Amino acid sequence: MNDGFVRQLWHYLALIFLALLALAPIWVMIATSFKDDVLVQDGKPLWFFFAPTLENYQYIVTRGKFDRYLTNSVIVGAASTAITLLLGGFCAYALARTDFRGRTLMANSTLLVRMVPPAVLAVPAFAFVTFSGVKSDLAVLTFFYTALNLPFAIWLLFGFYKQIPVELEEAAIVDGATSLQVFFRVLLPLMKSGYAVAAIFTFRIAWNEFILALLLTGRTTRTLPVGAAGFITDTGVEWGRIMAMGTLIVIPPLLFTFFAARQIIAGMTAGAVKG
Amino acid sequence: MSEISQKPRFEPGAFTPYAFIMPAIVVMMGGLLYPVVMAFYLSFYDWEIGRKLADAPFVSFDHFVRMVADPQVWEVLWVTIRFGFWTITIEMTLGVALALLLEKPIRGASIFRTIFILPLMVSPVVVGLIWRYLFDARIGWINYYLGVWFGIEPQVWLGDPQLAFFAIVFTDIWQWTPFIFIIVIAGLQALPSEVVEASTIDGANWYQQIFLVKLPMIKSILVIALLMRLIDVFRGLEVMLIMTGGGPGRSTELLSLHIYNRAFDTQQLGYASAISVLLIAIVFGISTVILTMANPMKSKSDV
Repeated sequence: MNDGFVRQLWHYLALIFLALLALAPIWVMIATSFKDDVLVQDGKPLWFFFAPTLENYQYIVTRGKFDRYLTNSVIVGAASTAITLLLGGFCAYALARTDFRGRTLMANSTLLVRMVPPAVLAVPAFAFVTFSGVKSDLAVLTFFYTALNLPFAIWLLFGFYKQIPVELEEAAIVDGATSLQVFFRVLLPLMKSGYAVAAIFTFRIAWNEFILALLLTGRTTRTLPVGAAGFITDTGVEWGRIMAMGTLIVIPPLLFTFFAARQIIAGMTAGAVKG
Repeated sequence: MSEISQKPRFEPGAFTPYAFIMPAIVVMMGGLLYPVVMAFYLSFYDWEIGRKLADAPFVSFDHFVRMVADPQVWEVLWVTIRFGFWTITIEMTLGVALALLLEKPIRGASIFRTIFILPLMVSPVVVGLIWRYLFDARIGWINYYLGVWFGIEPQVWLGDPQLAFFAIVFTDIWQWTPFIFIIVIAGLQALPSEVVEASTIDGANWYQQIFLVKLPMIKSILVIALLMRLIDVFRGLEVMLIMTGGGPGRSTELLSLHIYNRAFDTQQLGYASAISVLLIAIVFGISTVILTMANPMKSKSDV
């Protein structure tokens, strides 16, 4: 056994240990979601067990309003993602390609509003819904999620547009293409991965967000996180059911992670490493 | 805007940046800037839930005067600072140490990286639920293992001020250490290999290489990661809202959560807005530091 091999072995062992730490709590949730109440209340950790039960899932799907929450979440997530990418893409393109009056101000304020804490939005959003007469519906939530996500999307897409050589567009313009044609026919195909990263981050925020969703939705417009929190009652928490709900909420983000981990890491590190 | 709307389509080659930018600006103004301005406005009124805003008395700077002398505000500010200190110190130390130990590219690294970002992708509400369950006094797994492995009596984790604070710090560390780890690893692997090799040739030992070569070279990454975490400390509230609601007492009530509780629990919307203004000032202060250090959109020559 040479030194290199031993070192590599330790390297792997350390990584496996850390991976287990990261995964364990998520696994606890998944395992608990398949336990009946007796098993949950027993209090003895069971990582794996025979005879998992689907009764928690059955309950939330049939007795709860899961289908409605799911529909709401999907609508808000998809709509805010689509609008964010469209508007943010235009904006990032202009910022990356031209030097106009107010560009620096625009760039700075975009990054500043990115930091606005959701708690600050809570009261004004509540005031808006209470007094504008606008019903607390999914459109309002979609609007706020779009606003929340735009700064990061612009900032991310800006970096991707910067990497595309200007000559490509110039050639297209010489060939007689309009600005919009250049944008849609020349640039968009090259921007696929950039938009994919932005889409994942935008959708994830909209899918996971809780505070604004709680304040701005009514009985029929609740999203999944709000629905899940509803299983916490004054008399206690229905752990099996809430874990089943949590597991279902986590599925899309986990799928994104497994299929697009590289892009997610690119998005996360873009700010720190590039800047 | 007017000149643009008069033209049915863009002229070939004539690029109109404002038309591309305006829609995004309008949405951000309506969804982010307007609420911030509104928070300022509301902070001058004594507005409560159930009362019409038009009937709310104008109280001038009363809320701000009250805030300065409000022991609750100071208490949650102190909780927030302590929370930020412990989480960021531990996350940065652990994240950087692990990144230095494990930076060497190996086979299968991407699988591990995928696993490490999982905690970051989980919804804060779900994170709160999972850890509330794990820390549960009666059926929580943490009590069970502490008892079996170390013979420690079951603790009422979320019912004791100090233990609850520990619990939310622990939860944050679980979720965010991987973030630091991944960012630092990316930075280390982006370092030009010649520099590190040169220091080896010059006889730098492992310790010198880390503290005199590698860490100074990724300093800006470390500072930005730290500031980003700091802002998150002031922004976050969902995990604590689910785990403890801020209690017991106010032992886990971060500033953001306090604003939420003030507004929707004690229903003092006007006063909550005044505290929002404080929060905005803090967050914008930190953000400005980040901006001066690294703004990828600042000049055209960047990137």
